[in-house]
Amino acid sequence: MARLATRGLRLEAHKERSTTQPIITAAVPQQLVLALNQQAGAANIPVVNVGDAVLLGQPIARPSGAHGAWLHSPVSGVVVAIEIRPVPPAHPDEQQSVSQCIVIDNDDRDQRFDFQAVDYQQLSPEELREHIAQGGIVGLGGAVFPTARKLASLASNSGTYLLVNGAECEPYISCDDMLMREHAADVVFGARILQRACGAEHCIIAVEDEMRDAIAAMKAVLQATGDSQIRLAIVPTVYPAGGERQLINTVCGIEVPSGELPTDVGVLCQNVGTSAATARWLRDGEPLISRIVTVTGDGVRQPRNLRARLGTPLSTLIADCDGYSERQHKLIMGGSMMGLELAGDDLPLIKAGNCVLAASRLDLTPRGPEMPCIRCGNCSDVCPAHLLPQQLHWYVQPPDPAALDRHGLLDCIECGCCDYVCPSQIPLTSRFRAAKPAMAEQRGDAQTSADVLRTRFEARTQRLARLEAEHREKLAAKRRQLRDKS
Amino acid sequence: MLSALLIIVLLAAIAGLFTSLRVDAPAVSVAASSASLADRLDALLPQTQCRRCTFEGCRPYAEAMAAGEAGINQCPPGGASTAAALADVLGVPAQPVDPSFGIVPDHAVVAFIEELPCIGCTKCIQACPVDAIIGAPRYMHTVIADHCTGCELCIPVCPVDCIVLKPAASGVH
Repeated sequence: MARLATRGLRLEAHKERSTTQPIITAAVPQQLVLALNQQAGAANIPVVNVGDAVLLGQPIARPSGAHGAWLHSPVSGVVVAIEIRPVPPAHPDEQQSVSQCIVIDNDDRDQRFDFQAVDYQQLSPEELREHIAQGGIVGLGGAVFPTARKLASLASNSGTYLLVNGAECEPYISCDDMLMREHAADVVFGARILQRACGAEHCIIAVEDEMRDAIAAMKAVLQATGDSQIRLAIVPTVYPAGGERQLINTVCGIEVPSGELPTDVGVLCQNVGTSAATARWLRDGEPLISRIVTVTGDGVRQPRNLRARLGTPLSTLIADCDGYSERQHKLIMGGSMMGLELAGDDLPLIKAGNCVLAASRLDLTPRGPEMPCIRCGNCSDVCPAHLLPQQLHWYVQPPDPAALDRHGLLDCIECGCCDYVCPSQIPLTSRFRAAKPAMAEQRGDAQTSADVLRTRFEARTQRLARLEAEHREKLAAKRRQLRDKS
Repeated sequence: MLSALLIIVLLAAIAGLFTSLRVDAPAVSVAASSASLADRLDALLPQTQCRRCTFEGCRPYAEAMAAGEAGINQCPPGGASTAAALADVLGVPAQPVDPSFGIVPDHAVVAFIEELPCIGCTKCIQACPVDAIIGAPRYMHTVIADHCTGCELCIPVCPVDCIVLKPAASGVH
């Protein structure tokens, strides 16, 4: 590990383990489980019933709000249940969570639903966004935010940059790297569609300098298509260079202000996987029913990248990698820095599932007993959000919301860099994560309370005005009556 | 006089309608940049509607500040932090709250009606700016503590002095 001018860490990437093999197609299981809460925001609403026959690519659940993403059947077969099932966790404090799921029995025939390829240049940006939502496209970088909604927010803010994020900075994960090596044309084509849908002036694809094969593949495609609209930006391999705000700062030189979104400063970030999925949807008519997932770590015999249908049990993916080795210790969804530990491998693959890390004891940094903070300042040297973790730590025990707010706790991206360098082995990130909800709640509470009081005051003022007007109207009517009589 | 009052009330109602519409705006920053100065000042006020600032509520005070007719140091419930936030928006030097408008409370309070002496006169119900008191003529009244802002407007109108202030439970405004 060497300290760098740009904040962050240079970590052992362990990516070559899974990049020596080409991407293979994962086995399609007999039964698939599709979680209805795969995207950020409200859960999807089923549009099929138990017993219905479905085709490959058929919409099975609609979004509950505007610009949400649809969910499609990854196989042809029969819906056998719509029920609560365990799914991979959304939060680091739980090993698994549950969600309403659509369970489909595969009939092995892969009969395709009638989806048409669409010429994206024929559609207006608005129609294009609506079409992207129908294809179930969400951010495949991890946040699973509906892509159409993100595109719309840039379009309404008259954006400047579309940043296609191929800086896959977290150790072990290589699905974006392999995607760019093997399907660079998809990424570029998708980027062009996304650029049209959001109206950004410039489109930049960001790749890390150590992804040499991916850079070569991307350059070849850009040269072959003679596309001068799209540029390639090569960023240093630093963790977490691929963090949205960090990447925008590195590539565009813009710092996203605290409390604002990248689209507020005219930048939109989309993962390369999202871009390729958009290309497949418009060019081939295939909605988001599969994704590339890295299965790696010392705990599997043959680490590799697979294109797997959504809803495939993780155990099937492990089997495709020749099963567990005897060193298997912990199963993690995601990378070694920000990944979430799983309770078991009987959970289904979700849209957010970029990596399954079967970690041995050697893969994980062992943590010793926690010691007192010696105020060495290593954590503030590496913090990519330019916070002072040692100072934040002082204020989380016990939590002092006003001080935490002043020190910008809500800007912490939970990357884990401070944990990694702390000589006292203090679990800083998990403490910060634990302190955030209480703080956000308190801030929200005061605001909600004032909002409620304002509404009540306004309602009363309006009511009094209405009563006053009615009273005057009554008096006037009475006066008229008296005048008519006399 | 009455018609002037009516116009003020109607204006307040219309302004209220506009603020309630603005809540639906999609992006926070867009709303913030397009909101009027009075809206931004109103958003910083504690909404106690106590009239200690000498205006008819938080919104009228915000409008007066926006028009340059009131100082930023007239809101005792907001205290020094609100005064500083208001000064920041208006670009004027920060000042502590002027004690002639009232003492800055050190903790939140809510009104409480002693039920035995209450004669059910409904005067406090009419005085409450946020409809936090319920009751009927000649029946005992009570305060909905969750909605009470601790503005004290009900206290002087009570003919039997049966309303007292109690510390607000945590989590309540």
